[in-house]
Amino acid sequence: MDPTIIIFLSSGLFLGWALGANDAANVFGTAVGTRMVRWGTAAVICSIFVVLGAVISGAGASGTLGKLGAITALPGAFMTALAAAISVYIMTKAGLAVSTSQAIVGGIVGWNLFTGQPTDTKILATIVTTWVLCPVLAAIIAVILYKALRVYLRHANLHLVRTDAYLRLGLLVAGAFGAYALGANNIANVVGVFLPAVTFSPLELGGFSFSAAQQLFLIGGLAIAFGVMTYSKGVMMTVGGGLGRISPTAAFVAVVSHSIVLFAFASRGLESWLLSMGLPTIPLVPVSSSQAVVGAIVGIAILQGAAGIRWRLLGTIVMGWVATPIMAGFISFFGLYFLQNVFDQRVF
Amino acid sequence: MSSLNKFRLFGRTRDLEGQIDEFLDKLSESSVMFRLGVRTYLKEGANGEFDVKLKAVNKLESEADTLRRNIEKELYTHTLIPDARGDVLGLIETLDHVMNLFEGVMWSISIEKPDIPGEFNSGFRKLTNMVVQAADALVLAARAFFRTPHAVADYNHKVIIFEKEADKISTQLKHDIFDSDLDLARKIHLRNFVEQIDNVADWAEDVADRLAIYAIKRTV
Repeated sequence: MDPTIIIFLSSGLFLGWALGANDAANVFGTAVGTRMVRWGTAAVICSIFVVLGAVISGAGASGTLGKLGAITALPGAFMTALAAAISVYIMTKAGLAVSTSQAIVGGIVGWNLFTGQPTDTKILATIVTTWVLCPVLAAIIAVILYKALRVYLRHANLHLVRTDAYLRLGLLVAGAFGAYALGANNIANVVGVFLPAVTFSPLELGGFSFSAAQQLFLIGGLAIAFGVMTYSKGVMMTVGGGLGRISPTAAFVAVVSHSIVLFAFASRGLESWLLSMGLPTIPLVPVSSSQAVVGAIVGIAILQGAAGIRWRLLGTIVMGWVATPIMAGFISFFGLYFLQNVFDQRVF
Repeated sequence: MSSLNKFRLFGRTRDLEGQIDEFLDKLSESSVMFRLGVRTYLKEGANGEFDVKLKAVNKLESEADTLRRNIEKELYTHTLIPDARGDVLGLIETLDHVMNLFEGVMWSISIEKPDIPGEFNSGFRKLTNMVVQAADALVLAARAFFRTPHAVADYNHKVIIFEKEADKISTQLKHDIFDSDLDLARKIHLRNFVEQIDNVADWAEDVADRLAIYAIKRTV
């Protein structure tokens, strides 16, 4: 393998690390914060399933990003991912809710503008619509699930201790599913832009064949897992406080709703099933895991009388939809200019 | 816990459920023994039958203590029910105190052997029945807290009614005692027993009040 590939991939891997550090909390934060699941258990399950999701189901959402802008030169992909990573870093430092999905789309549009490639507005409109749809859908699913779970718990007459044990198991299973969905949906943000530029030869390993894309997804997935292992503990511990006190039941519903939404926006299997049933399909787009989980929690809060909602937090989400891609677009545009003219790199 | 339990799905959960149920069984059994013990004393004095009931209440109290410690240890060692752990602990400890009160009355009777004139027998019997009913309703409320928290309010309502009735009976009994021709020392001695018995119902009401809050927290 050409060592320059690793150098250029580094920005994507950094983005992957940041994603793992931040977004693992969306999957397991409430479970760990409410002390229902130990951090160590959560981190191991999260890491394994993020990698599985990325390698097995990562292609769907990556394909859509590719349609938005097929970055064919490695230095160009490097700068696009770096622009996204810097935006995420700045927004996180400023204490604002941030999504790698929105950052990378901004970066790609910046690349399109710099290189004079046309941006497919239809694809862009689809992506932006899904951003708004993602938390709304998560809220709707959370409301339905929470109501159903409450009715079930009221009539099941389960012992308090038994309910606790089932919820623990449920949080682990939902967390594993959530991590898989996160890997499948968000791997596109981490290495999606490198897909057209990096050409690995197919790898045969223990009877399994890994395509070039899957190898890239594996590397990206490992970067996310590394972020989970090294930096997610603090974020997980504070996520409960950030969103207000929620019960383990609400935590479970939030994680399941988040995971269903992320999976729906990533699964080619679901897409072909919907097609076969003659139903409208869900676009395969990388969406924000943070916004999905916040959407779900807001849904539950509305059901409980909307007293616990922190409207400021919702404000920062809306700002994230607008500010993050614009910032990433600018950084990408000017970064590409420097990379091309100062460092003499071919960016497209 | 047996080592086999570690390999059973939800084995620890079942064990803990069983221990909590057993703890509540002990409380309900001790209320039966208490009632029978006081009735025996009122009818026949501190005879062998009374001693059997006193020993039974003692044994139940000490078994309940062991269960309480195990439940507390289990909850904290394995960080079970983190959001309701404090409430469950508070509930178990305050319920345990009901048994201590039963035991206290029985011991006082056994040691002090109060000389209760026949005219007050009916009052003491009614008072005992009422506090036992309050304690029984409290056990039902506690069982409901673990399985059907929305039903707690119904049982709590009964605890409060029984406590009020017990108060009325004890006030009347104290009036009757002090209106009688007994000497002051005996009057004070008997009053002391009225208050000790009535105290069980008062405590049951306090626990029911706490339980109401715990149950609301569970149903929200």
